[in-house]
Amino acid sequence: MEDGNFLTDDFLRQLINVGEADILVGLPTHNNAKTVGSIVHTIRNGILRGFPRERAVIINADGGSRDGTPELITGVSIDDVRPPSNVYALRTLHAISTKYASTPQSGVALRTILAAAELLRAKACVVISPESEGITPEWISNLLRPVYYEGFDLVSPTYRRHKFDGLLTTNLLYPMVRALYGARIREAYMSEFGFSGRLGSEFLGQNRWNDGIGGNGTELRLTLAAVTGGFRICQSFLGKKDPVERRAADLVATLRQSVGVLFSALEFDFDVWSTLSGSHEVPTTGNDIELLMDPLRVNRKRLREMFANGVSELESVFQSILSASTLAELKRIVGLGEEQFRYPAELWVRTVYEFAAAYQKSVINRDHIIQALAPLFRGRVFTFVVENRNGSAKDVANNIEGLCLEFERLKPYLIEMWKSKE
Amino acid sequence: MQKMIISELTQAMQDLAKGFAHYLPRLLVMLILAFVGWLIAYLVKAILRSILRLIKFDRLSENAGASQLLATAALPSATEMLSRFVFWVTWLGFILLGVSVLGILGLQEQIARFFLFLPRLFVAVLILFFGMLAAGFAARAALLAAVNANVPSARLLSLAVRSIIMVFVLSVVFEELGLAEQTMLVAFGIAFGALMLGLAIAFGIGGRELARRFLEEKFVRIKKGHDEDELSPL
Repeated sequence: MEDGNFLTDDFLRQLINVGEADILVGLPTHNNAKTVGSIVHTIRNGILRGFPRERAVIINADGGSRDGTPELITGVSIDDVRPPSNVYALRTLHAISTKYASTPQSGVALRTILAAAELLRAKACVVISPESEGITPEWISNLLRPVYYEGFDLVSPTYRRHKFDGLLTTNLLYPMVRALYGARIREAYMSEFGFSGRLGSEFLGQNRWNDGIGGNGTELRLTLAAVTGGFRICQSFLGKKDPVERRAADLVATLRQSVGVLFSALEFDFDVWSTLSGSHEVPTTGNDIELLMDPLRVNRKRLREMFANGVSELESVFQSILSASTLAELKRIVGLGEEQFRYPAELWVRTVYEFAAAYQKSVINRDHIIQALAPLFRGRVFTFVVENRNGSAKDVANNIEGLCLEFERLKPYLIEMWKSKE
Repeated sequence: MQKMIISELTQAMQDLAKGFAHYLPRLLVMLILAFVGWLIAYLVKAILRSILRLIKFDRLSENAGASQLLATAALPSATEMLSRFVFWVTWLGFILLGVSVLGILGLQEQIARFFLFLPRLFVAVLILFFGMLAAGFAARAALLAAVNANVPSARLLSLAVRSIIMVFVLSVVFEELGLAEQTMLVAFGIAFGALMLGLAIAFGIGGRELARRFLEEKFVRIKKGHDEDELSPL
């Protein structure tokens, strides 16, 4: 059992008052007053509908909100929710809030939720993103039921998303996790997920929380820990996921907490992933991929410009990371006109694998390696957008599948680089 | 007269022989010291080279940008350079120790000064190396940040960062070596001031648009225009 020294006395007191719980809903927040009220309402509604007889608790781990977010969560009582089906909770539904820090840190928030789950001996837990405005009561059921009734340890979500939404997931995280870890998990970096108390306790004890990188991208670490630990994993379709509005500067931060975490995990899991080949389906409730095809304006010119600018300005950096042939190929495609320009799947996979190997060998500062990937990712986004702009949902799915197979095919190349001394 | 000349010659020959006999053992000691010094220096070089290879010093040097400089000057790798440097300093130390045994007046003072200078030389080399390392790191960080923020002339910005740090490092190195302290201080002041003034003017004239855009993006909610490609990556 993890020691709960990092939990505040007040929080521990509140947990002791609760005693034990069957269901735990974790809600990490930071200044989410605009959305959190309706989300908590939906969560309570979901618990009332799906688990009216279970002892349930909402744990809010807050990263120093100044807009009254915690008060909104703890202030909503169970009586505020009047479900149309006249279902009422037979148990008290607790809502506890704790401030874990003055600044938001997703890893610490998750650690707080996991520790609370362990102390309350929760059987099934779910974490909900405070930004998921489109959440419905069914999300709670879909994430909790497989854990509570079917014995799964991790429920990863699948969503209905726009074909150009989540391109880092479809072009890198999903194919790479699938190729290396052998499990076809669509959303390895999860914003909503369900997990068992068993997995939570195991992860809480194992994860390197104090190594400086344990704080970021912990959701991805949890997925990988579940895969490498042999836990039962499934996917559950939730519904439409609204894209989170991001700016250009956010890409590097996103790469750090997703790709950076994946690259660093590869180092520790080498014995596992280097022996696996191929990949297997994960049990899925509902569709594992559902794409929206609405037209979307994308500034392709700017994407290509940033890619070309990155390749030319960062050549000295790429010389340390990439092989001569890959760099030469990148320089060649930079010279192509907008109509001819393509960042082919094979070249993209080689690039990503060479970045992963360079990260393992720390050829330069690791954070610089991750930052250097950003302009190349933009080039890949350009190609993906162009290749799929007129494609049907099936075409897009086939395109992603083709990329996944390329990642699987070139896996020996990564292992070879990983083992080489240079 | 003849007898006197012969006597003087004999005396001179005897003095020479005496002097030779006096110096011969010292010369032998010097030669032995030089030989032993060579052996020790060689051993130190071999050990140091192995240690440097073990800690991947060449990679550190590459990060610092020192390897590129050495390659441009057609010099061996940083590991080899440092190993050779230590070899020569060690051997030279032993040779000078041997020379001091000869007891030549005036030379001993110079030798003592050389030995007193050695620690400062080592510190200066260390400052230079770590300075280059810091300059290389900061320059690359600036380059990556500028490229990812789509700032024009990212390489120029990176070069400016490297130059500022290197000017500062070199001034510290020269001060440590005690070489033309006053001149270096004035030169540093002029160079640093000129660089800062240049950057300020360049940013003031060339960066107005950039500064306006930056402030707008930071504080004003503008309509989606050039940001329309920022698709949610996750």
